[in-house]
Amino acid sequence: MLKKSLIAASISAVLISSSLSAAVEVNWWHAMGGTNTERVNKIASDFNASQSDYKINAVYKGNYTETMTAAIAAFRAKKQPHIVQVFEVGTATMMAAKGAVYPIEQVMKDSGVKLDKSDYLPAVISYYQTSDGELLSMPFNSSTPVLWYNRDAFEKAGVSGVPKTWDDVSSAAKKLVGSGMKCGIAVGYQSWGLIENYSAWNNISLGTKENGYAGLDTELTFNNKHVVANLQRLADMQEDGSFAYGGRRGESLAMFTSGECGMWINSSAYYGSIKGQAKFDYAQTMMPYDSTVTDAPQNSIIGGATLWTLRGHTKDEYKGVAEFMQYLSSTEVQAWWHQETGYVPITKAAHQLSKEQGFYDKNPGTDTAIMQLSLNQPNENSRGLRFGNFVQIRDIVNAEMEMIWNKSKTAQQAMDDAVAQSNKLLRKFEKANK
Amino acid sequence: MLKRVHYRSSYLPYLLVAPQIIITILFFIWPAGQALYQSFLLEDAFGLSSEFVWFDNFIELYENPNYLNSFARTGFFSVAVASLSMSFALFFAALADRVIKGSHTYRTLLIIPYAVAPVLAGTLWLFLFNPTLGIITYFLDAFGIDWNHKLNSSQAMGLVILAAAWKQISYNFLFFIAAMHSIPKSLIEASAIDGAGPVHRFFTIILPLISPTTFFLLVVNIIYAFFDTFGIIHAITAGGPGNSTEILVYKVYNDGFVGLDLGGSAAQSVILMFIVVMLTVVQFKYVERKVQY
Repeated sequence: MLKKSLIAASISAVLISSSLSAAVEVNWWHAMGGTNTERVNKIASDFNASQSDYKINAVYKGNYTETMTAAIAAFRAKKQPHIVQVFEVGTATMMAAKGAVYPIEQVMKDSGVKLDKSDYLPAVISYYQTSDGELLSMPFNSSTPVLWYNRDAFEKAGVSGVPKTWDDVSSAAKKLVGSGMKCGIAVGYQSWGLIENYSAWNNISLGTKENGYAGLDTELTFNNKHVVANLQRLADMQEDGSFAYGGRRGESLAMFTSGECGMWINSSAYYGSIKGQAKFDYAQTMMPYDSTVTDAPQNSIIGGATLWTLRGHTKDEYKGVAEFMQYLSSTEVQAWWHQETGYVPITKAAHQLSKEQGFYDKNPGTDTAIMQLSLNQPNENSRGLRFGNFVQIRDIVNAEMEMIWNKSKTAQQAMDDAVAQSNKLLRKFEKANK
Repeated sequence: MLKRVHYRSSYLPYLLVAPQIIITILFFIWPAGQALYQSFLLEDAFGLSSEFVWFDNFIELYENPNYLNSFARTGFFSVAVASLSMSFALFFAALADRVIKGSHTYRTLLIIPYAVAPVLAGTLWLFLFNPTLGIITYFLDAFGIDWNHKLNSSQAMGLVILAAAWKQISYNFLFFIAAMHSIPKSLIEASAIDGAGPVHRFFTIILPLISPTTFFLLVVNIIYAFFDTFGIIHAITAGGPGNSTEILVYKVYNDGFVGLDLGGSAAQSVILMFIVVMLTVVQFKYVERKVQY
């Protein structure tokens, strides 16, 4: 009898002590491959070492689409992670799933953890705010398209000054080709750079309803005369090679780093790759603006991904999420992440710290993205995009743009067709997310 | 009076076929049923709201000219992949059949591509034909051929066919060489004594005798080209330039797994399923009769 109760007592003692000492586990699914996996793991383990109440498990789930699909499948099976990293074009899908997503501002508030939105860079968080200003997800890795150029080639071709407008780019490209280069300029992620950011940078709208922020009944309008004229200009520049098409994703990097093309428009996050591959003097500057549209550029919009919190877990675990988000946004962590990866810091303080540490003096040009994103207060044309089915819409736009480049369509035809097909997808999204 | 075999207990035969039936239900009937049901739904990605829309997903496909064009493209792609990979495999098998020294090494080398994952196979060919860095592009340039599959639709189609066919050569090779080994030596020797040369023997004896294998491979290759090639296409062209390499299964993958449009994607897979069922029925009913066994 005594023996039995002793055993029972010791078992309950073990149970109690284990429940007291075990940290609350929080799962984080991310899409950061390669060396960034190690950096993400370092952030998680540093956070775990900094306190003993919570334990973050960072799990690499493949590329952006794979991670998002995995999280959605897991949600359907009720096995979802607490935090999932979703790329910016998935924002509308996540946002529409009101029963699945726990807005980060709400998570922080419910857990009593402080969140001051004025600490964050406006252009970074505005993409992920509702039209009322509520922050839905926590920005993690953000970048924006910039103009990369080959300084040696510029000198050889006699291009003086840095191109500021598309006219400058066009004449610089012609000079580069004239000096014996195979191509003047190439572009990566063309829909992002030449349509989405072209519109924001020149302060024209991409679609109705504040680019989709004000309602699901939005329609795309990028078949306007400015976008079309600029694409037609590039199509015409193909004749003498001053523009060359190099693929839908970032593959055209090789055209720039091999010295085939003298200029390249793509994400600022390519800094590391270019640094590793280019055997010439290179630099980055702000994207060109179109002087036929505006006299001064607005601000560009970001790409990259944010961290979304999914519903269906305990209050205690969400407290862990909130604590982790606070740690992630801390100045030291952000400055480290920014300087290591080339992604934009999400807080003003991290930018300031990097400045004080002399990072931008040692690595000239690395603050181009931040300056471009914060050039002006983001407005309804430039704070971001909120269109459903946007992954498929980008596919349509890419396909139609390729038809401009291989001359099966004029720019006007292609953009009209792209808008018509995309609007059908928007209607379908509206219907599915009533 | 015919003799009939009787099992004492009536449950034994059912028990014996049960595993097969369970596997069929679990891995075919159930998912196919799910796809069929899903194809009538309009649903958001998380499955929070879903609406029964009857044939809306199918009507939408019917009204999409790109989707309709994709049929002809898929037909061309499948026939090209099947014929290219089968003729190469047959050629290699015919040669390997005659090799005496080092035949093991030769065969092993030919089987390697089968072990390569589709996306890797795609990436491999992509590097060889990269317009900027590719070694083959470099040589083509010397012959005055400007290779740029990112803009040229026919070159893009050619490249995905080549990559998809290359990957399947090993599989076809294995079956062809096994079939050739099973041809009685006496037949070959008799015709050799009668004065038939190797080429003549190949066309009059070997080819007719391996026709069941050829037929089987034809079905398998068409199904491979229909269903298993989206990884290669995803890696090489992502369906471009324009929509020129977007075959049916790639659109299913892209709309479903990337675009998260489950209803539309399910409707497409139902159509694909229907095509393959039809193809299989037609082939086994009409074509197989004409094949010599």
